[in-house]
Amino acid sequence: MKRALNWTGQALLYGGFAVALGVFSRWPVYHPLPEDMAQIKVSFIHHGARVAECRPYTAEEQAKMPPNMRKAEKCERERSPVSIEVDIDGKTVLAHTSPPSGLSRDGASTLYQRLNVSAGQHQIAVRFKDNQKSEQFTSQIDETVTLKPAQVLVIDYSTDKGGIVLQ
Amino acid sequence: MRNASPMSLPGSALPVQGPATTPPPLPRLASAYRTLEHGLDMAFGAAANPLKHLGALGFMLLWLLVASGSILFIVLDTSAAGAYQSIAALADVPWMLGTALRGVHRYAADAFVVVMGMHILREWLLGRYRHWRRAIWWTGVPLVGLAFVSAVGGFWLNWDRLGQYSVVATADWLDALPILGASLARNFLGDVSLSDRLFTLFIFIHIGMPLLMVFGLWFHIQRIALAKVFPPRPLAWGTFLTLLLLALLLPVHSQGPADLRSQPTALALDWWLLFIHPLVDATSPTTVWVLLGLAFALLALPPLWPGRAREAVAVVYPEHCSGCSRCFDDCPYSAITMVPHPNAKPGMRLAQVNSDLCASCGICAGSCPSSTPFRSAEQLVTGIDMPQWPVNDLRTQLIQSLHAMPGPERFVVFGCAQGIHSQLQAPDVLHFKLVCAGALPPSFVEYALRHGADGVLINGCREGGCEYRLGQRWTAQRLTGEREPHLRRSVPQDRWQVAWTDSGDEHRLAAALDDMRQRSRTATQSVSEESH
Repeated sequence: MKRALNWTGQALLYGGFAVALGVFSRWPVYHPLPEDMAQIKVSFIHHGARVAECRPYTAEEQAKMPPNMRKAEKCERERSPVSIEVDIDGKTVLAHTSPPSGLSRDGASTLYQRLNVSAGQHQIAVRFKDNQKSEQFTSQIDETVTLKPAQVLVIDYSTDKGGIVLQ
Repeated sequence: MRNASPMSLPGSALPVQGPATTPPPLPRLASAYRTLEHGLDMAFGAAANPLKHLGALGFMLLWLLVASGSILFIVLDTSAAGAYQSIAALADVPWMLGTALRGVHRYAADAFVVVMGMHILREWLLGRYRHWRRAIWWTGVPLVGLAFVSAVGGFWLNWDRLGQYSVVATADWLDALPILGASLARNFLGDVSLSDRLFTLFIFIHIGMPLLMVFGLWFHIQRIALAKVFPPRPLAWGTFLTLLLLALLLPVHSQGPADLRSQPTALALDWWLLFIHPLVDATSPTTVWVLLGLAFALLALPPLWPGRAREAVAVVYPEHCSGCSRCFDDCPYSAITMVPHPNAKPGMRLAQVNSDLCASCGICAGSCPSSTPFRSAEQLVTGIDMPQWPVNDLRTQLIQSLHAMPGPERFVVFGCAQGIHSQLQAPDVLHFKLVCAGALPPSFVEYALRHGADGVLINGCREGGCEYRLGQRWTAQRLTGEREPHLRRSVPQDRWQVAWTDSGDEHRLAAALDDMRQRSRTATQSVSEESH
């Protein structure tokens, strides 16, 4: 009798453990994104313009350099921060300026930002500036897109592809 | 409250000194945990109680993960394009073998984190993180992180919708750290198909981390002698069959191939392993980093918390140490090493105690053949002894107290101070509380009987629940002759018995004592009848 009770107790405990494992390994269902929503990922990795223009070395500066190190132009390393603004249906939803990376501020500026929007048609305007000295945006785009539910639209910047890219 | 007052001997004017200090009663939470353990003792038996083998169960689950993972790695197409199909194809393997393999691997991972969490909780509740256990505790802390990193990385290899969500969420979370120059999440933008090189990194994470973990586990158990890396066989089979059954009844399925151009909207999330992603979604990446830092800081903190002062450690007396190495064999924390004896006799060795590792349990004194009270020396000096409760004091007080007892019946209880905290109060009982039952040289049982005791009861913690890991086991083996030094077979078995009890088992100890009284009276009666 005691043995039967022991076996029953063990079965219940193993069963309880299995139920806990099985249930919470799949339930409750998680919704990272509501079903009627789409996602816009705004991201770029881009070197801003040099803060200072390159200039020729003076003769005096050239003389101070070892002969094998002499070159024609001196370029400061620091880069300009990169700014981006995103309007969706006429409303600005993102306005961000990314500083250049690196201790000398000579690295690329980066951004990765997710925006959840309802699925359907949207008017998207993107303005991009990689030179803070400039009054105007370096690149801008204004497009109408239709987003399916759960679709991911990427807004990127690529010099090779001619500027702002919606993909 | 701590009871540091000397024990009072019922029926005797002689105050008996116990160990310098007795342990404090268990805190309420620890006591509740012990009650739960005792409940499982009833179903599984004390020796195979899963709550007493959480570390060993964790090891077994890790071995199971390594074994099932090795087979899964053979069938896995290690390219981003082929991984999903190779794992999904497991569902088509006849006899549900693929389903079983995949399910066991997943559920073993779930079980591992549950068992790991319970292991941490148990050791914390029972206060097992101070002094000689400090390094053991601290080496366990990074293992928690490694376990989760490895487990989360496993979901990526499948490269289904769940893996896609997990990897993007992880990259997004890591991007919050200011140490990264470029965004990791950019690797998973919509139109980009995952590169095989990046996929190789996933494989490294999922396989490299467990390798690091095995290395870390070696550190974790290095200070433990005879560490159990496999649970008792019934428990191992029970756990394996449970996981197998679960894998067959609730098969693990892929949730559709990964597609970075769309975001998953409904996922059957494994909350045991992936809870951190929803937590980041619900709060912010920075918040979760702060929470994680706090969690690990809290985990590392207990050994620094002020607590009881450390007891004096074992002392070796070279002139009485024969170099037999029994203390070396029996020490539960590898605190003893054997070194060449200073008397320079060829081959002669001497025990040496590492005070950092010594738990002051006295198991070494109980193992020393020189601890026998039958030695004729007036001052009993043994090879290795505890300064706070030397065997000489035990012998002296045993003799004096037995002689001082009024009789006619005299019973001696050699008890462990860690289990039952209360003192047996009865005029016919002499209750000695040792730090651990393992500190009792077994010859003391015979010695007590020869000096007037009618019966001897040896009392230690329940099986598998010894505060010093091996004290109960060694005591039982020494008394039954399986381990040296052993109790001589000539000692009548009806005049001694054992009672393995924890705090809360006072009634069982009292019952064992009553049983001993009854046996003694029956024996006396039969001797009396025979003489008539």
